Amino acid sequence: MSVTMNTPTSGNRLLWISLMVFGMVGLSLNAFARKDGMAHGYVEVKEVERVQVTVVQSAGAGAASADAELKWVAPTDPKIASGEYTRVAGVAPRAWTVESLVPAKEAAMMMTARDAGDLTVERVEPSAINTFGIWIAAFLTLGIFSFLYRDNPWYKVAESVLIGVSAAYWMINAFWSTLVPNLFGALAPTLVRAVASPDLPVSSSPNSDFWLAVVPLILGFMLLWRLAPKGGWISIWPIAFIIGTTAGLKLVSGIEADLMAQAVATMQPLVVLNPADSATATASSFSFSAISFWGSIGSVVSVVGVLSVLTYFFFSLEHKGAVGKTARVGVWFLMITFGSAFGLTVMGRITLLAQRFEFLFTDWLNIG
Amino acid sequence: MTNTSHSNHSSNATQSSGIRGFLAGLSSLDRRWIFLGVALAVGIPILLKLSLPEVPGPMARATFNAIEKIPSGSRVLLAFDYDPASQGELQPMANALVHHCASRGHNIVFMALWPLGKQLADKTIKDVLKEFHPEYVEGTNYVQLGFKTGNEGVIKLMTTAITEQYPNDASGAALTDIPLMSGVNKLSEFKLIGTISAGYPGAKEWVQYADGASPEAFTLVAGSTGVQVSQLLPYYPKQLEGLLVAVKGAAEYEMLVTEKYPVARHQGRLEEGRRRMGPQLVAHLLVIGLIVLGNVAMIAARGAKGGAR
Repeated sequence: MSVTMNTPTSGNRLLWISLMVFGMVGLSLNAFARKDGMAHGYVEVKEVERVQVTVVQSAGAGAASADAELKWVAPTDPKIASGEYTRVAGVAPRAWTVESLVPAKEAAMMMTARDAGDLTVERVEPSAINTFGIWIAAFLTLGIFSFLYRDNPWYKVAESVLIGVSAAYWMINAFWSTLVPNLFGALAPTLVRAVASPDLPVSSSPNSDFWLAVVPLILGFMLLWRLAPKGGWISIWPIAFIIGTTAGLKLVSGIEADLMAQAVATMQPLVVLNPADSATATASSFSFSAISFWGSIGSVVSVVGVLSVLTYFFFSLEHKGAVGKTARVGVWFLMITFGSAFGLTVMGRITLLAQRFEFLFTDWLNIG
Repeated sequence: MTNTSHSNHSSNATQSSGIRGFLAGLSSLDRRWIFLGVALAVGIPILLKLSLPEVPGPMARATFNAIEKIPSGSRVLLAFDYDPASQGELQPMANALVHHCASRGHNIVFMALWPLGKQLADKTIKDVLKEFHPEYVEGTNYVQLGFKTGNEGVIKLMTTAITEQYPNDASGAALTDIPLMSGVNKLSEFKLIGTISAGYPGAKEWVQYADGASPEAFTLVAGSTGVQVSQLLPYYPKQLEGLLVAVKGAAEYEMLVTEKYPVARHQGRLEEGRRRMGPQLVAHLLVIGLIVLGNVAMIAARGAKGGAR
């Protein structure tokens, strides 16, 4: 059976256009006929205040009052009351607000609670920028869905935005989470702390860090050499280094976790006792009622599955006679495994679709 | 008599050609009708809030019991190894796992091997930990270590020297100054490690590098996406003591957690998994129906070809 994605015929096209018009009329009615019929973003607003303190040096810590550590902490920090921190005189507290997105339904409940006088609930306010964000998210979600009808410019825009944002995100992420702290931070920590990353940890061995960073720096340049018109072979050395270290790292864990531990897990009794009985069972007190029927079946299936699938992948003997039949059983086990993996994949994809629908219905249309 | 018989034959033939026509029509069905069917099968149960009671399976129970059996106040490490693309499946597990650990009074250390895992952990801290457990104090009851690049290398190094991998927490505080992390420098000093995993690096790497290094030191549990779980099933129950399988596992685990530790408000945050099982059921029924129908149509087409010969 072949399922097609034909260009719509005139009758078919009329039907699809009717469905889309019906959808648009529904959206317009929802938007204009219902109160809060379309997306409104809300934020929870929290007031934050910090005061500057000095960490009180313990006796014997040295008379380093000039180097005393300064911190910004909440005015309610218990260490101020206990005397571990001392407020710095003459420095005004700093206050600001932190906003975080709240779903419309929760926002409505929180606003009702505050209106009723419950001041333990955080303040909630409409947010223009988050409303805009919801609309953009809905526009892009529907743009991706529109491909299901046919390829179109709206889909292309959504797809291009996704690819562009992803590429930029990964590039920036690699720069700030790998190059800045691990390479530049080791080569020039003072400069990095001054211009890029004030929270860069202070190393106890900056000299050895510097020389340890020079090695990957050189390897990195060698790797990029393949882009040069000549001397592409230079990049083979860092590639060899990467393959060698990765293989070494994976070899040990692979043998321990995937070969030895899995082999041990397969060597299990074919007759499984109920957990309560297995602790007290002896040869003389054994009774058939102590056997876990489904546990034993599972154990047998597991062992038969492992042996038959291994036989299927054993190519030193021709798959004929007993070997062929065992391999055939192995094929069945493999097919069932692929079927179950496919079923789980379908479940995952439906969940993703459900989550996007929940977003459209709840956050955007406010009908969920 | 002859006329009646002829009329019956004719009626049967019309009926049979009607069914054949329908089945033949299926073979050239525009796939957009199937997309529309799936959209309705998922969308309508969401609007109707169709939710089904869950019967927790052995893997969800094993995960629940693993967290129950360690002493209250234990130090647990939760790794958020996923990003928003898998949030639909994994966020319900994360919410329930954090609520469960906090309800048991465990001290929680959050970390992420995926860059956006840190933001999702922050969201979980805000939506679950601060909402349902306001008594939890940062630094004393929980710590957010944040994301660290390096994939399995991060796990490998943490088995011997956490402070080398994470000298600071996500807010910049030195780990040595944080009460919860005082004297902790190895993964084996945690009672339980939980990973919520969408792929590489994730649960498989935790089994290989953390559990492989010290198999008896801590309990390892995982929550996984449906796509990845067939790689993890062989590890259960020896190397992974508990395993939550996709949204179904999340729904079962939510059921166990909220039955024992109910919350007074915002219950919806601990019902996301169960809420998504209604659309699952209807969509799966549709998929099964379509597979059966497709096969019937194929067999009918083969029969018709055989008859024509």
